[in-house]
Amino acid sequence: MSSIEERVKKIVAEQLGVKEEDVKPEASFVEDLGADSLDTVELVMALEEEFETEIPDEEAEKITTVQLAIDYIKENLG
Amino acid sequence: MTITTSLNDKVALVTGASRGIGAAIADTLGDLGATVIGTATSEAGAEKISARLAEKGLKGAGKVLDVTSADSLAALLAAVKEEFGAPTILVNNAGITKDNLLMRMKDEEWASVIDTNLSAVYRVTKGCLRDMTKARWGRIVNISSVVGSMGNAGQSNYAATKAGVAGFGRSLAAEVGSRGITVNTVAPGFIDTDMTRVLPEEQREALMAKIPLGRLGEPEEIAAVVAFLASDAGGYVTGETIHVNGGMYMA
Repeated sequence: MSSIEERVKKIVAEQLGVKEEDVKPEASFVEDLGADSLDTVELVMALEEEFETEIPDEEAEKITTVQLAIDYIKENLG
Repeated sequence: MTITTSLNDKVALVTGASRGIGAAIADTLGDLGATVIGTATSEAGAEKISARLAEKGLKGAGKVLDVTSADSLAALLAAVKEEFGAPTILVNNAGITKDNLLMRMKDEEWASVIDTNLSAVYRVTKGCLRDMTKARWGRIVNISSVVGSMGNAGQSNYAATKAGVAGFGRSLAAEVGSRGITVNTVAPGFIDTDMTRVLPEEQREALMAKIPLGRLGEPEEIAAVVAFLASDAGGYVTGETIHVNGGMYMA
Protein backbone atom coordinates (compact mmCIF):
# COMPACT_ATOMS: atom_id res chain seq x y z
CA MET A 1 0.00 0.00 0.00
CA SER A 2 1.45 3.37 -1.06
CA SER A 3 1.56 6.25 1.37
CA ILE A 4 -1.02 9.02 1.21
CA GLU A 5 1.67 11.33 -0.18
CA GLU A 6 2.41 8.97 -3.04
CA ARG A 7 -1.23 8.38 -3.86
CA VAL A 8 -2.01 12.12 -3.90
CA LYS A 9 1.01 12.87 -6.09
CA LYS A 10 0.09 10.13 -8.53
CA ILE A 11 -3.47 11.47 -8.90
CA VAL A 12 -2.28 15.05 -9.33
CA ALA A 13 0.17 13.95 -12.02
CA GLU A 14 -2.52 11.96 -13.84
CA GLN A 15 -5.22 14.60 -13.63
CA LEU A 16 -3.06 17.55 -14.61
CA GLY A 17 -0.91 15.71 -17.13
CA VAL A 18 2.37 16.59 -15.42
CA LYS A 19 5.37 14.48 -14.38
CA GLU A 20 5.30 13.05 -10.87
CA GLU A 21 8.69 14.59 -10.09
CA ASP A 22 7.20 18.05 -10.75
CA VAL A 23 4.49 17.44 -8.19
CA LYS A 24 6.38 18.96 -5.25
CA PRO A 25 4.59 19.49 -1.91
CA GLU A 26 4.62 23.26 -2.23
CA ALA A 27 3.45 23.24 -5.85
CA SER A 28 0.28 25.22 -6.51
CA PHE A 29 -2.12 23.46 -8.87
CA VAL A 30 -2.98 26.63 -10.76
CA GLU A 31 0.25 28.63 -10.64
CA ASP A 32 2.87 25.88 -10.84
CA LEU A 33 1.11 22.95 -12.48
CA GLY A 34 -0.99 24.82 -15.03
CA ALA A 35 -4.43 23.77 -13.79
CA ASP A 36 -7.52 25.72 -14.83
CA SER A 37 -10.70 25.93 -12.74
CA LEU A 38 -12.22 22.84 -14.34
CA ASP A 39 -8.98 20.90 -13.72
CA THR A 40 -9.15 21.70 -10.01
CA VAL A 41 -12.77 20.52 -9.80
CA GLU A 42 -11.84 17.27 -11.54
CA LEU A 43 -8.82 16.86 -9.29
CA VAL A 44 -10.93 17.11 -6.15
CA MET A 45 -13.39 14.59 -7.62
CA ALA A 46 -10.51 12.22 -8.36
CA LEU A 47 -9.22 12.57 -4.77
CA GLU A 48 -12.73 11.88 -3.48
CA GLU A 49 -12.82 8.66 -5.46
CA GLU A 50 -9.33 7.52 -4.54
CA PHE A 51 -9.88 8.05 -0.83
CA GLU A 52 -13.59 7.19 -0.83
CA THR A 53 -14.59 10.41 0.87
CA GLU A 54 -16.60 13.52 0.12
CA ILE A 55 -14.86 16.86 0.24
CA PRO A 56 -17.30 19.74 0.87
CA ASP A 57 -17.10 22.61 -1.63
CA GLU A 58 -15.94 25.11 0.98
CA GLU A 59 -13.07 22.78 1.93
CA ALA A 60 -12.27 21.96 -1.69
CA GLU A 61 -11.72 25.65 -2.46
CA LYS A 62 -8.92 25.80 0.12
CA ILE A 63 -7.01 22.87 -1.35
CA THR A 64 -4.75 24.79 -3.69
CA THR A 65 -1.42 22.99 -3.31
CA VAL A 66 -0.18 19.42 -3.20
CA GLN A 67 0.66 19.70 0.52
CA LEU A 68 -2.78 21.10 1.37
CA ALA A 69 -4.34 18.11 -0.39
CA ILE A 70 -2.14 15.68 1.55
CA ASP A 71 -2.92 17.47 4.83
CA TYR A 72 -6.64 17.42 4.17
CA ILE A 73 -6.66 13.70 3.42
CA LYS A 74 -4.54 12.90 6.48
CA GLU A 75 -6.70 14.97 8.81
CA ASN A 76 -9.98 13.64 7.51
CA LEU A 77 -9.08 10.01 7.06
CA GLY A 78 -6.83 9.74 10.11
CA MET B 1 -10.47 12.29 -43.19
CA THR B 2 -13.27 9.80 -42.99
CA ILE B 3 -16.57 11.21 -41.83
CA THR B 4 -18.38 8.73 -39.67
CA THR B 5 -21.80 8.74 -38.09
CA SER B 6 -21.37 5.38 -36.38
CA LEU B 7 -22.18 5.37 -32.68
CA ASN B 8 -20.94 1.84 -31.98
CA ASP B 9 -19.84 1.31 -28.35
CA LYS B 10 -21.54 4.51 -27.20
CA VAL B 11 -24.22 4.62 -24.54
CA ALA B 12 -26.90 7.24 -25.18
CA LEU B 13 -29.47 8.55 -22.72
CA VAL B 14 -32.60 10.08 -24.26
CA THR B 15 -35.19 11.59 -21.92
CA GLY B 16 -38.85 11.52 -22.90
CA ALA B 17 -38.40 8.71 -25.41
CA SER B 18 -41.78 6.98 -25.31
CA ARG B 19 -43.26 8.93 -28.20
CA GLY B 20 -42.87 11.83 -30.59
CA ILE B 21 -39.48 13.39 -31.23
CA GLY B 22 -37.79 11.54 -28.34
CA ALA B 23 -38.85 8.14 -29.68
CA ALA B 24 -37.49 8.99 -33.12
CA ILE B 25 -34.20 10.18 -31.61
CA ALA B 26 -33.82 7.02 -29.54
CA ASP B 27 -34.48 4.80 -32.56
CA THR B 28 -32.13 6.75 -34.83
CA LEU B 29 -29.24 6.67 -32.34
CA GLY B 30 -29.90 2.95 -31.94
CA ASP B 31 -29.83 2.48 -35.72
CA LEU B 32 -26.36 4.05 -35.73
CA GLY B 33 -25.14 1.47 -33.24
CA ALA B 34 -25.54 3.17 -29.86
CA THR B 35 -26.92 1.40 -26.83
CA VAL B 36 -29.94 3.56 -26.08
CA ILE B 37 -31.55 4.21 -22.72
CA GLY B 38 -34.87 5.88 -23.35
CA THR B 39 -36.75 7.28 -20.39
CA ALA B 40 -40.45 7.64 -19.69
CA THR B 41 -42.35 8.91 -16.66
CA SER B 42 -44.28 5.66 -16.17
CA GLU B 43 -43.43 1.97 -15.97
CA ALA B 44 -45.80 1.32 -18.88
CA GLY B 45 -44.02 3.97 -20.97
CA ALA B 46 -40.63 2.46 -20.15
CA GLU B 47 -41.83 -1.02 -21.13
CA LYS B 48 -43.15 0.38 -24.39
CA ILE B 49 -39.69 1.77 -25.17
CA SER B 50 -38.01 -1.54 -24.32
CA ALA B 51 -40.47 -3.39 -26.55
CA ARG B 52 -39.97 -0.95 -29.44
CA LEU B 53 -36.17 -1.18 -29.25
CA ALA B 54 -36.33 -4.98 -29.07
CA GLU B 55 -38.71 -5.17 -32.02
CA LYS B 56 -36.30 -3.10 -34.12
CA GLY B 57 -33.33 -5.17 -33.00
CA LEU B 58 -31.68 -2.21 -31.22
CA LYS B 59 -29.53 -2.35 -28.10
CA GLY B 60 -30.77 -0.71 -24.91
CA ALA B 61 -33.85 -0.40 -22.78
CA GLY B 62 -36.62 1.84 -21.56
CA LYS B 63 -36.31 3.11 -17.97
CA VAL B 64 -38.49 5.15 -15.66
CA LEU B 65 -37.31 8.68 -14.93
CA ASP B 66 -39.03 11.66 -13.37
CA VAL B 67 -36.72 14.44 -14.58
CA THR B 68 -37.95 16.73 -11.81
CA SER B 69 -36.70 14.36 -9.09
CA ALA B 70 -33.04 14.22 -8.06
CA ASP B 71 -33.65 10.84 -6.39
CA SER B 72 -35.26 9.35 -9.48
CA LEU B 73 -32.30 10.59 -11.55
CA ALA B 74 -29.71 9.17 -9.14
CA ALA B 75 -31.44 5.78 -9.19
CA LEU B 76 -31.62 5.76 -12.98
CA LEU B 77 -27.98 6.72 -13.50
CA ALA B 78 -26.77 4.12 -11.00
CA ALA B 79 -28.80 1.41 -12.73
CA VAL B 80 -27.70 2.45 -16.22
CA LYS B 81 -24.00 2.55 -15.27
CA GLU B 82 -24.28 -0.89 -13.70
CA GLU B 83 -26.08 -2.46 -16.65
CA PHE B 84 -24.72 -0.60 -19.69
CA GLY B 85 -21.93 1.77 -18.64
CA ALA B 86 -21.98 5.55 -18.22
CA PRO B 87 -23.77 7.46 -20.98
CA THR B 88 -21.52 9.78 -23.01
CA ILE B 89 -24.35 10.89 -25.29
CA LEU B 90 -27.17 12.76 -23.59
CA VAL B 91 -30.27 14.06 -25.33
CA ASN B 92 -32.41 16.22 -23.06
CA ASN B 93 -35.71 15.90 -24.84
CA ALA B 94 -38.37 15.49 -22.13
CA GLY B 95 -40.68 18.47 -22.06
CA ILE B 96 -44.19 19.60 -21.31
CA THR B 97 -46.46 22.51 -22.19
CA LYS B 98 -48.97 24.26 -19.94
CA ASP B 99 -50.15 27.05 -22.17
CA ASN B 100 -51.98 30.06 -20.87
CA LEU B 101 -52.08 33.79 -21.39
CA LEU B 102 -49.75 35.32 -18.83
CA MET B 103 -52.53 37.24 -17.14
CA ARG B 104 -54.29 33.95 -16.46
CA MET B 105 -51.22 31.81 -15.81
CA LYS B 106 -51.10 30.00 -12.49
CA ASP B 107 -47.88 29.82 -10.49
CA GLU B 108 -48.05 26.06 -10.83
CA GLU B 109 -48.24 26.28 -14.64
CA TRP B 110 -45.18 28.47 -14.68
CA ALA B 111 -43.18 26.47 -12.12
CA SER B 112 -43.86 23.00 -13.47
CA VAL B 113 -42.85 23.94 -17.02
CA ILE B 114 -39.65 25.60 -15.77
CA ASP B 115 -38.84 22.57 -13.63
CA THR B 116 -39.50 19.94 -16.30
CA ASN B 117 -38.10 21.76 -19.33
CA LEU B 118 -35.23 23.82 -17.88
CA SER B 119 -34.20 22.77 -14.37
CA ALA B 120 -34.27 19.14 -15.49
CA VAL B 121 -31.74 19.94 -18.22
CA TYR B 122 -29.44 21.29 -15.52
CA ARG B 123 -30.10 18.26 -13.31
CA VAL B 124 -29.66 15.48 -15.85
CA THR B 125 -26.69 17.13 -17.57
CA LYS B 126 -24.87 17.62 -14.28
CA GLY B 127 -25.53 13.98 -13.44
CA CYS B 128 -23.89 12.79 -16.65
CA LEU B 129 -21.09 15.32 -16.97
CA ARG B 130 -18.53 13.80 -14.64
CA ASP B 131 -18.32 10.59 -16.63
CA MET B 132 -18.07 12.54 -19.88
CA THR B 133 -15.15 14.62 -18.54
CA LYS B 134 -13.46 11.41 -17.44
CA ALA B 135 -13.99 9.88 -20.87
CA ARG B 136 -12.70 13.08 -22.48
CA TRP B 137 -15.60 12.69 -24.91
CA GLY B 138 -19.23 13.63 -24.71
CA ARG B 139 -22.20 14.83 -26.68
CA ILE B 140 -25.01 16.80 -25.13
CA VAL B 141 -27.96 17.79 -27.29
CA ASN B 142 -30.81 19.76 -25.80
CA ILE B 143 -34.12 19.88 -27.60
CA SER B 144 -35.46 23.40 -27.66
CA SER B 145 -38.18 24.85 -29.88
CA VAL B 146 -38.64 27.51 -32.52
CA VAL B 147 -40.91 29.15 -29.94
CA GLY B 148 -37.82 29.91 -27.84
CA SER B 149 -36.65 32.26 -30.61
CA MET B 150 -39.93 33.44 -32.18
CA GLY B 151 -42.14 33.60 -29.12
CA ASN B 152 -45.75 32.48 -29.20
CA ALA B 153 -48.78 33.96 -27.46
CA GLY B 154 -49.87 31.73 -24.61
CA GLN B 155 -46.47 30.07 -24.21
CA SER B 156 -44.43 32.51 -22.14
CA ASN B 157 -43.48 29.74 -19.72
CA TYR B 158 -42.57 27.24 -22.44
CA ALA B 159 -40.69 29.84 -24.53
CA ALA B 160 -38.70 30.98 -21.49
CA THR B 161 -37.46 27.43 -20.93
CA LYS B 162 -36.67 26.86 -24.60
CA ALA B 163 -34.66 30.07 -24.89
CA GLY B 164 -33.11 29.15 -21.54
CA VAL B 165 -31.68 25.82 -22.67
CA ALA B 166 -29.95 27.52 -25.60
CA GLY B 167 -28.15 29.93 -23.26
CA PHE B 168 -27.36 27.06 -20.91
CA GLY B 169 -25.87 25.16 -23.82
CA ARG B 170 -23.65 28.01 -24.97
CA SER B 171 -22.26 28.48 -21.45
CA LEU B 172 -21.67 24.80 -20.85
CA ALA B 173 -20.05 24.45 -24.28
CA ALA B 174 -17.50 27.05 -23.18
CA GLU B 175 -16.92 25.24 -19.88
CA VAL B 176 -16.32 21.72 -21.13
CA GLY B 177 -15.01 22.13 -24.66
CA SER B 178 -11.50 21.40 -23.40
CA ARG B 179 -12.72 17.93 -22.39
CA GLY B 180 -13.90 16.94 -25.84
CA ILE B 181 -17.54 17.50 -24.94
CA THR B 182 -19.85 19.34 -27.31
CA VAL B 183 -23.13 20.93 -26.25
CA ASN B 184 -25.72 21.91 -28.80
CA THR B 185 -29.35 22.87 -29.07
CA VAL B 186 -31.78 21.64 -31.70
CA ALA B 187 -34.86 23.81 -32.14
CA PRO B 188 -37.68 22.00 -33.93
CA GLY B 189 -40.46 23.93 -35.59
CA PHE B 190 -43.91 22.48 -36.14
CA ILE B 191 -43.45 18.70 -35.95
CA ASP B 192 -46.21 16.13 -36.34
CA THR B 193 -46.46 14.77 -32.78
CA ASP B 194 -49.01 14.40 -30.00
CA MET B 195 -47.90 17.79 -28.67
CA THR B 196 -48.91 19.59 -31.87
CA ARG B 197 -51.92 17.39 -32.68
CA VAL B 198 -53.83 18.96 -29.81
CA LEU B 199 -53.61 22.44 -31.36
CA PRO B 200 -56.92 23.81 -32.70
CA GLU B 201 -57.41 23.37 -36.46
CA GLU B 202 -57.38 27.13 -37.20
CA GLN B 203 -54.10 27.56 -35.30
CA ARG B 204 -52.59 24.68 -37.30
CA GLU B 205 -53.68 26.27 -40.57
CA ALA B 206 -52.32 29.67 -39.60
CA LEU B 207 -48.99 28.06 -38.71
CA MET B 208 -48.86 26.02 -41.93
CA ALA B 209 -49.25 29.19 -43.99
CA LYS B 210 -45.99 30.44 -42.46
CA ILE B 211 -43.95 27.34 -43.35
CA PRO B 212 -42.17 27.72 -46.74
CA LEU B 213 -41.83 23.95 -47.11
CA GLY B 214 -45.62 23.75 -46.74
CA ARG B 215 -45.80 20.78 -44.42
CA LEU B 216 -45.20 19.67 -40.85
CA GLY B 217 -41.85 18.18 -40.02
CA GLU B 218 -41.46 14.52 -39.17
CA PRO B 219 -39.89 13.44 -35.86
CA GLU B 220 -37.23 11.57 -37.90
CA GLU B 221 -36.13 14.88 -39.43
CA ILE B 222 -35.26 16.16 -35.96
CA ALA B 223 -33.64 12.85 -35.04
CA ALA B 224 -31.35 13.06 -38.08
CA VAL B 225 -29.92 16.39 -36.91
CA VAL B 226 -29.47 15.08 -33.37
CA ALA B 227 -27.69 11.99 -34.74
CA PHE B 228 -25.32 14.19 -36.75
CA LEU B 229 -24.45 16.25 -33.66
CA ALA B 230 -23.99 13.08 -31.57
CA SER B 231 -21.64 11.47 -34.06
CA ASP B 232 -18.02 12.18 -34.93
CA ALA B 233 -19.28 13.91 -38.08
CA GLY B 234 -20.63 16.74 -35.93
CA GLY B 235 -17.54 16.91 -33.72
CA TYR B 236 -16.60 20.54 -34.48
CA VAL B 237 -20.07 21.97 -33.85
CA THR B 238 -20.59 23.24 -30.30
CA GLY B 239 -22.59 25.91 -28.49
CA GLU B 240 -24.82 26.15 -31.53
CA THR B 241 -28.57 26.23 -31.94
CA ILE B 242 -29.73 24.45 -35.07
CA HIS B 243 -33.21 25.35 -36.28
CA VAL B 244 -35.15 22.60 -38.05
CA ASN B 245 -38.46 24.12 -39.01
CA GLY B 246 -39.14 24.03 -42.74
CA GLY B 247 -38.21 27.70 -42.98
CA MET B 248 -40.91 29.10 -40.67
CA TYR B 249 -38.17 30.88 -38.75
CA MET B 250 -34.80 31.63 -40.28
CA ALA B 251 -32.21 32.71 -37.73
